[in-house]
Amino acid sequence: MKALTVGATVIAFMVTIPILNVVGSLFVSADEGIWAHLIQTVLPRYVTNSTALVIGVGSLACLLGVPAAWFTAVCEFRYRRLFVWMLPLPLAMPAYIVAYTYTGLLDYPGPVQSAIRNLTGWSKGEYWFPEIRSLGGAAAMLGFVLYPYVYLLARTSFLERSMRTLEVSRTLGHGVFRSFFRLSLPLARPAIATGTALVAMETLADYGTVQYFGVSTFTTGIFRTFYGLGDSTAALQLSALLLAAVAILLFCERLSRRRARFDANFENVPSCRIPLSNSQTALAWLFCGTPVILGFVIPVAILLKYAAVDSEWIWGNHLRLAWNSFHLGAIAAAISVSLAIALAFAVRMSGNPVVKLAASLSGLGYAIPGTIIALGILAPLIWVDHLLIDLVELILAKNVGLIISGSIAALLFAYTVRFLAISLGSVAAGLEKIKHNLDHSARALGRKPVEVLFRVHLPMLRNTILSALLIVFVDVIKELPATLILRPFNFNTLAVRAYELASDERLADAAAPSIMIVLVGIIPVIVLNRTIFRESS
Amino acid sequence: MIANFVKKGLSLLVLPLAAMLPAQLDAQVNTDTVNIYSARKQELIKPLLEDFWKSTGIQFNLVTGKADELLTRLELEADATPADLFITVDAGRLHRAKDAGVLQTVDDPLVADSVPGHLRDQDGYWVGLSKRARAIVYAMDRVDESELSTYEALTDPEWAGRICIRSSSNIYNQSLVASMIAALGVEETERWANGIVNNMARPPSGGDTDQIKAVAAGECDLAVVNSYYFGRLAGSEDPNQREIVEKLRIFWPNQQASDRGTHINVSGAGITKHAKNPEGALTLLRFLVSSKAQSWYSAVNHEFPVVEGSAISSTLLDWGDFREDQVNLSQLGVNNRKAVEIMDRAGWQ
Repeated sequence: MKALTVGATVIAFMVTIPILNVVGSLFVSADEGIWAHLIQTVLPRYVTNSTALVIGVGSLACLLGVPAAWFTAVCEFRYRRLFVWMLPLPLAMPAYIVAYTYTGLLDYPGPVQSAIRNLTGWSKGEYWFPEIRSLGGAAAMLGFVLYPYVYLLARTSFLERSMRTLEVSRTLGHGVFRSFFRLSLPLARPAIATGTALVAMETLADYGTVQYFGVSTFTTGIFRTFYGLGDSTAALQLSALLLAAVAILLFCERLSRRRARFDANFENVPSCRIPLSNSQTALAWLFCGTPVILGFVIPVAILLKYAAVDSEWIWGNHLRLAWNSFHLGAIAAAISVSLAIALAFAVRMSGNPVVKLAASLSGLGYAIPGTIIALGILAPLIWVDHLLIDLVELILAKNVGLIISGSIAALLFAYTVRFLAISLGSVAAGLEKIKHNLDHSARALGRKPVEVLFRVHLPMLRNTILSALLIVFVDVIKELPATLILRPFNFNTLAVRAYELASDERLADAAAPSIMIVLVGIIPVIVLNRTIFRESS
Repeated sequence: MIANFVKKGLSLLVLPLAAMLPAQLDAQVNTDTVNIYSARKQELIKPLLEDFWKSTGIQFNLVTGKADELLTRLELEADATPADLFITVDAGRLHRAKDAGVLQTVDDPLVADSVPGHLRDQDGYWVGLSKRARAIVYAMDRVDESELSTYEALTDPEWAGRICIRSSSNIYNQSLVASMIAALGVEETERWANGIVNNMARPPSGGDTDQIKAVAAGECDLAVVNSYYFGRLAGSEDPNQREIVEKLRIFWPNQQASDRGTHINVSGAGITKHAKNPEGALTLLRFLVSSKAQSWYSAVNHEFPVVEGSAISSTLLDWGDFREDQVNLSQLGVNNRKAVEIMDRAGWQ
């Protein structure tokens, strides 16, 4: 047990290194005058845009994710199972690729507006059409692909907790929808809050979408300051500000969780979904269909069209890239979720404040732009490498060059840092729902803590763990900034390929690797869906 | 049971990775190969490298990435870097690399003879490899060529609401503004940036190709873009792409005899300070300024060769000759920060 606690703490602090790099910048002074310049010119816009974006994306993600989760978890209607496996699919879509596809469809030269002009004879300024390349457009794009975080967590919660209570509510004569608002929703609030927090952090870390849409946010500002103004200190200080905002956000989320009681009885309730009437089924289709169509069907259809028109389908090449992506995703998911379990369990068992602090800090990395994290990882890795080089030279009198940085190990470390927040968030939330009484009983029966973990917690957390694996896997597959900067020679992934082509403004060529990302992402979605929500019928 | 499953799973996943390690280490210590950090996308560098490999027998390892991040990587790796050659676009960034002290000087008569002086670093730290102009693309039905003259004239009130240009976060705009600072000074340039922001047809967004499409669709009447984006559409095999630019023309600003000429920029390369194989890197650099490689950039990406007399694509031939701004490209790097500050103040998003 001691070993587990110490190990978990060490890992959590290692993961925190890039964050310390950011926080450390606060103790160095940036170029004179740069803060005055930033505050007078761009900073207010960064703050308001980022805030508006987070609120917009968060609301949209809840709107798309929660009702769909509830319908598919609690109600019975035609095509429910189809929706169950289609709803998480947008997770596999990189937001910036979705942004490119919608822009191609909806901007002024695009087919929709052209058709309007042809039909009506209107020209520029004579009609109103929502501008896709705007703050609202960016919020929509991010909401379309990020809602599955809310959906997955909310659905797990609905499935695990509200069946029995729902029955009671129904026997008391409450209608279907009344039960949703009065019972299911409040019970699922911790899960929804966790999902929304993840969405908020992903939104803050997004660079590709807002950059393409010309929306100045904190993240674009960080890079503009870093490279455009050439002031890395001020850029890191901006990141530290972002971090502070996220810390406050997470604190509020935890506070809201604290107020509720989470322990739930975990008896295996035979599922008895509420059958829906025809009109109710239509409503269910609307709420379950809209997210899938917006986040998956439309963008994939556009990509397929691009790929069909003129894209080289270099299958051999892409298969190699797909294997690289798949591989990295699988290993990183395994590492990240294992660490999350160890950490969450250590926190639960020990109550040691140092462990708690380490666990809280390690979750913060998710909201910092991936490039900043990647740079914060690169620096210590290379530092260790320099030490190793000196050491080897001393002992073997041989020059070995950089060993860790620029290797797959460096990439995996980076993924762990970036995505531990997701796995830790869902595992911790899942663990919280298990009554402490169970632990006490098991311990009273003479089980060691580790046995409690393996024989009590893990079996009960099966669904949670599988969802966490799925989310990390898909996130790694589409991860770009860390992969781009840390990968070894002659090694590419689908995301790198798609990014290179898209950023070179060759959207049609980027379509093929983008579709492959989706395909690789779908495999585990399907496999896990078969087990993840395996419901006794 | 779970532990067993985990063990099996992990070993299955880790083995292929372990198999990759030797290749990685080989890249680090094998000094016969040339290791390249390239901010040019794989599409626009790898075919050339393969050519190089075929004609010289020298093998290469390539990692691509964003220019600024590769540069940071080089800085951090310092004397342990595996990279021999750093390739990037935009002179501003080449200048940053020189400033960061990660490059070494190249003193090679062949390279010096091939590439004109203003397209090389004056101290020899980097060499331009291909050239692009930041030109005006306009709609023939709404703009007469005689109305166009200079970048400066784009701030005239007659262009209000008619100009498309991308975000100032983009280095091409930063370099354009940096070149104007060199020619006009900070105050004049700031007035210009304010004027451009006033005349924009829409808030800046998207890439250069998006600006061209917006002109074609009538959202704006002209756009300021890099020449090769227009060339790609005009020279495309896809009739739909060619159709976009059918009614558009390219215009080279600031051509009066007394004027400085159209703003140009380069892609370029420098040998890293701690290169383990500087000879190989130099051989590659020489190859990249050979007429074969020079024509390739023109044919594939519609960039202008830096070596005079290299064959160019028919699209480029159609455009004809123009006068280039001869400002030493290092100035773009020197003025970069000022340029960003000006655009921040002007509210150029």
